[in-house]
Amino acid sequence: METNTQTKEKKVAKEIQAISGAEAVVKSLIAEGVDLIYGYPGGAIMPVYDEFYKFQDKIQHVLTRHEQGATHAAQGYARATGKVGVAIATSGPGATNLITGIADAQIDSTPLVCITGQVASHLLGSDAFQETDIVGISTPVTKWNYQITKASEIPTIIAKAFYIAKSGRPGPVLIDITKDAQFEMLDFKYKKCTSIRSYFPVPKVDFNKVKDAANLINNAKKPMIVFGQGVIIGEAETEFKNFIEKANIPSASTLLGLSALETEHPLHFGMVGMHGNYAPNMLTNECDVLIAIGMRFDDRVTGDLSRYATQAKVIHFEIDPAEIDKNVKTDVAVLGDVKETLAQILPLIDKNNHQQWIQKFKDLYQIEYDKIIQKDLSPTKEGLTMGEVIHQINNVTKGDAIVVTDVGQHQMIASRYAKFNKTRSNITSGGLGTMGFGLPAALGAKMGKPEKEVIAIMGDGGLQMNIQEMGTVFQTQSAVKMVILNNEFLGMVRQWQELFFDRRYASTVMTNPDFITIAKGYHFKTKLVTKREELADAVAEMLASKESYFLEVRVEKEGNVFPMIPTGASVSEIRLD
Amino acid sequence: MDTKKTYTVSIYTENNIGLLNRISAIFQRRHINIESLNISKSEIKSVSRFTLLVKVTEDQIKKIIGQIEKQVEVIKAYYHLDEETIYQESCLFKLSADLLIDNDEIQQIINNNTTKVINIQKDFFVLEKSGNKEDIEKLYHTLEKHGIMQFVRSGRIAITKDKMEISTILASYNN
Repeated sequence: METNTQTKEKKVAKEIQAISGAEAVVKSLIAEGVDLIYGYPGGAIMPVYDEFYKFQDKIQHVLTRHEQGATHAAQGYARATGKVGVAIATSGPGATNLITGIADAQIDSTPLVCITGQVASHLLGSDAFQETDIVGISTPVTKWNYQITKASEIPTIIAKAFYIAKSGRPGPVLIDITKDAQFEMLDFKYKKCTSIRSYFPVPKVDFNKVKDAANLINNAKKPMIVFGQGVIIGEAETEFKNFIEKANIPSASTLLGLSALETEHPLHFGMVGMHGNYAPNMLTNECDVLIAIGMRFDDRVTGDLSRYATQAKVIHFEIDPAEIDKNVKTDVAVLGDVKETLAQILPLIDKNNHQQWIQKFKDLYQIEYDKIIQKDLSPTKEGLTMGEVIHQINNVTKGDAIVVTDVGQHQMIASRYAKFNKTRSNITSGGLGTMGFGLPAALGAKMGKPEKEVIAIMGDGGLQMNIQEMGTVFQTQSAVKMVILNNEFLGMVRQWQELFFDRRYASTVMTNPDFITIAKGYHFKTKLVTKREELADAVAEMLASKESYFLEVRVEKEGNVFPMIPTGASVSEIRLD
Repeated sequence: MDTKKTYTVSIYTENNIGLLNRISAIFQRRHINIESLNISKSEIKSVSRFTLLVKVTEDQIKKIIGQIEKQVEVIKAYYHLDEETIYQESCLFKLSADLLIDNDEIQQIINNNTTKVINIQKDFFVLEKSGNKEDIEKLYHTLEKHGIMQFVRSGRIAITKDKMEISTILASYNN
């Protein structure tokens, strides 16, 4: 009897070990398959950092130069790999510096788990050193957040955090852990979370809606598809392609949907929205059935809602019920995971060719090509254009690189012209429009996908918002290719000042440092291009490099991005000049 | 085009710290004033029930319900018009004890069974009334001229005429 009980106890003891809360944090991360995290240490998170030291063979912790860089790097990693990105910081300023990245991840549906240290629980509410109410501050920009004050909560809460971040429509989760909970001992046992009773991440598909959608599509004379990041997040690229090819429906992407379908696909007619392509914007107001797939009708996509596709029946494939009828009234809402719903609709769809309708897209493309694209990509004027830089990059990469952009004119130009062959190769800050996103996000993407060429395209404004992350690129020896399109202006704001504020260039002129010298300080290979004839060789040299490389291109100072839908205008009022 | 109406919003949730913040943020962000708010336990063990009152259009309330239901710890949210619910508010008046003696109007109010004296002290007494907002407002105006020492009104609580299938939702989770 006695020996029996003893063996049993030993067995249980083996399964359940008493460890500190800090160790439990790291072991929980390991149990979730995390091997790379970004962060910055400080007082309230030091016990966890001590465990990182112990477990450095299992988890690589990358020290960014600012906590904002940690969140953007985690985002870049998540967007490139599809896995959950992890960022960690201390209490107070460490935690508040995460907020921009968290807000960015929330609006762009990027799975993140952020962990912050917090002052000891007996000090909560006492205005202690580096105490801030990060749970209160992060509430409106997180999918879920939680403050842990007892070590015993750590494994279950971290398991919940990963499940919530990744499932359904992904998003950021913040877990705040008091310092005493990091020291406290607990009996550690990890169990992954697979469900929460109040949380319904994927709505059940109503097959009748799928049939209704198929009926509308089969009877459509002029159908058009707008696809978003939902196709990528749902890993539904194949189902999506099968669907559009069977019915031969012209398709256009949102900013974040880019790379879900290869750029060169004959049914890919570019991007919708403010600086999107002429054909899909114009024809949004001419199609008879508008099929929205995994997108959310952002105002930068729709322009004036009262004049957006009012002639069309709207079908919306979407995982988040709150998006249905939020901006555009839907005739048929197909709720569910697009991987499932697109597979279900495929056999119900008739083969079609829509030749005449597709010809309209081609005709309008030709107009845009003659008036804008040709001049952007192969200019004859003196100044270098942003477009020709992207064009040169395409010539070398053939669309195989991951292109990470910052925010502004260069972002729109890159999104318009960069070629994408593979999914998850367009990484940009869409909803929040966060300047400073590009460099750390590119680092995260490169570390997540080291076998891929990763090119960060940035403006001189955005680079300087997180320029300190050059230090992280250098320390990690990540072969990120950094391209600065320098026009010595905050270009997009300047463009608006030119068009809508009588060229009053208030605070958009940049007096820049010598970027090449700065890059040399981090021991990057560098090149400065000021003339057209130097560009092709410089781009080729950069892309041939096995190490990180910093290429600055001085582009024309007052170039504009066209086409453009001015704020408040309808999509069909898109301006070509 | 869409007119504003008073909606009673009922939200069934897990009982967690911070959820109130999350839910009120949804209204704050859209610049919508919460007219009244009540949080209590519900008919289901460990499930809380929020009851709140807002004046918005139907289009707005539908979107808000979507945003509320999106919260991880919200089980289900509903919205109803006044005629679809049975609702009550409660209020307390602190009045001078002098009014208990030789004041006919006060005597009538106390005796007509729609109010209740719940406490009498040397200097004051406390009058309680439950009912809808209009009845309470009427009483307030009547008592105002006699001098109200303190007044407080609760948030609306409401029971809906139609079923709320929270148990079914939770049962389907357990299976």
